[in-house]
Amino acid sequence: MKIHEYQAKQILKKYGVSVLNSVPCFSVDEAVAAGQTLGGQVWVVKAQIHAGGRGKGGGVKVAKSAEQLRAFSTSILGMQLVTPQTGPEGQKVRRLLIEQGADIKKEYYAALVVDRSSQRVVLMASSEGGMDIEEVAEHSPEKIHRVTVDPMQGLTLDQAQSVARKIGVPEASVDKASTLFQSLYRAFDETDSSLAEINPLVLTGSGDIIALDAKFNFDENALFRHPEIVAMRDLDEEDPAEVEASKFGLSYIQLDGNIGCLVNGAGLAMATMDICKLYGGSPANFLDVGGGATTEKVTEAFKIMLKNPHLKAILVNIFGGIMKCDVIAQGVVEAARQVSLKVPLVVRLEGTNVDLGKKILAESGLPILSGNNMADAAQKAVQAVLAAGA
Amino acid sequence: MSILIDKNTRVLTQGITGKTGQFHTKAGKEYANGSHCYVAGVTPNKGGQSYEGIPIFNTVKEAKASTGANVSVIYVPPPFAAAAIDEAVDADMDLVICITDGIPVRDMIRTKYKMQGRRTLLIGPNCPGVITPDEVKIGIMPGHIHKKGPIGVLSRSGTLTYEAVGQLMEVGLGQSSCVGIGGDPVNGMKHIDVMKMFNDDPFTEAVVMVGEIGGSDEEECARWVQKYMKKPVVGFIAGLTAPPGKRMGHAGAIISGGKGTASEKLRVMEECGIRVTSNPSEMGKLLKSVLK
Repeated sequence: MKIHEYQAKQILKKYGVSVLNSVPCFSVDEAVAAGQTLGGQVWVVKAQIHAGGRGKGGGVKVAKSAEQLRAFSTSILGMQLVTPQTGPEGQKVRRLLIEQGADIKKEYYAALVVDRSSQRVVLMASSEGGMDIEEVAEHSPEKIHRVTVDPMQGLTLDQAQSVARKIGVPEASVDKASTLFQSLYRAFDETDSSLAEINPLVLTGSGDIIALDAKFNFDENALFRHPEIVAMRDLDEEDPAEVEASKFGLSYIQLDGNIGCLVNGAGLAMATMDICKLYGGSPANFLDVGGGATTEKVTEAFKIMLKNPHLKAILVNIFGGIMKCDVIAQGVVEAARQVSLKVPLVVRLEGTNVDLGKKILAESGLPILSGNNMADAAQKAVQAVLAAGA
Repeated sequence: MSILIDKNTRVLTQGITGKTGQFHTKAGKEYANGSHCYVAGVTPNKGGQSYEGIPIFNTVKEAKASTGANVSVIYVPPPFAAAAIDEAVDADMDLVICITDGIPVRDMIRTKYKMQGRRTLLIGPNCPGVITPDEVKIGIMPGHIHKKGPIGVLSRSGTLTYEAVGQLMEVGLGQSSCVGIGGDPVNGMKHIDVMKMFNDDPFTEAVVMVGEIGGSDEEECARWVQKYMKKPVVGFIAGLTAPPGKRMGHAGAIISGGKGTASEKLRVMEECGIRVTSNPSEMGKLLKSVLK
């Protein structure tokens, strides 16, 4: 789960990480008032969307007068912000953060992530702040410093100081930087984060170390013990179809093709998308109905897939283990009737009670195409799309 | 022969009084030698009861002492599952198979830390389990699709493993053991660990290795295979069409920062002498073609 920058900064502040004074705003008037509350001569108007790269898309502007503050807030709030991470359609800006200006002397990068190879949390830091860290990793990997955190001790002072020095924090500010790293780790650990990134982390003219931007992602498996994090969820930032699917325990991701895939199991669901492509088709979605697919779940899955205007055919691929093929077949027939299915439907069943399942499909009177195996089913779905287009 | 489990394995189910634990314990007991293999269940405060004739204990230590159980399978709900693994490790079980899906990563990091220097092996979490066909089934896979034979199956996914098994059966090949290592980023045995066991198992003649996007475990395994594997290996990686930055169902199935793509994994595997296919319906045929 992702949150906004201003929410991430609320968490950081709680853990004692220095951030600039700022006010989240939902309207232009609030933004102008925030400028007065904050005082000073310079404010930064920052679009609050979950995607990164906001500056590149024109979502971050420095205002040097109240007039500019109003003008930038007006232009950014409500804009369709396109960044390298949003895709070409962009994301609508519904919230702003108005922040004090800062006297920036140097920019660094710091992040905590779960490292799969060491199976631990790793602090990554670099002297190259404000840049795309993936580019730094590609072109100058020697500028990224890593330290693995012992889960029982946490990030130690020695580790934190050593990283601060390696990225070139001046000696007078090393203590401030290392304290920040340790606080950041505590925030990461106690909130069950999967990513905590500060880019840039800045050294100010007065020697302070401040989190100028902040990004937190959380482990969805741990949300049950963090109601305070769940409360920060902003559904406007998420794909409505994915949100709808999750209500029914379905894992759904929309793609840009036209063959809707309904599958049990994540690995098989990906493989089904892959085989569509292999035979010249293009998957419209990833959809894992999970282990206990009931008629209700399958019906909801059909409804969600059918909301996609590009959908030209549906391919159901089920390897029944615990889930019996006759139950799934019943669910598919029921769902197809309930939604008065107009697009071609190809069903491939395998596993427990497969013959019974196939019989139910055949006797349903519905124009269901049966796939003998994955390849056959995918080919039939691709042909059905071609035929529909002709 | 087989790896990890066989007809002499003695299994205890942690979470035996829950619906899922009961369902799969019963299915395991009814499969092949299961009635001898399933010897105990553990649920705190339910000691003294029994399920399907299987005695229930309060703790893993008690269950092990009373029944000689050496392998534990876990169906405990996610908030308590990591603690259940810790308990089995503390009791020095040989192997823990954790089926539970949805364990917080933070919990697993601590559990893995505590497992350092201990003898217990861990499969999972978020996995279908392990089966040695016609001997014992520990997990949620459908037993009846399998048959004993010379092929090792190793996978990060559930139903895609069944798909691989189904295809092997179509070309007339049974399996020595089928191991689902699960789709979580912080977990127990990796591809490489299981591959080493298949290499050492005299009964296994070839291995099907199924992977998916995310991480670099398949690449590490492939490099080991290139140096040490004495048997043919074929592979498939799911997710060639998966978009970057999106988690594809499994917690660990995500392409992040351009890393963990299916094409990169397939490239490294091929480079290391593993015959790969980008067609998930040809795993069985491909394996058949590499057997002498």
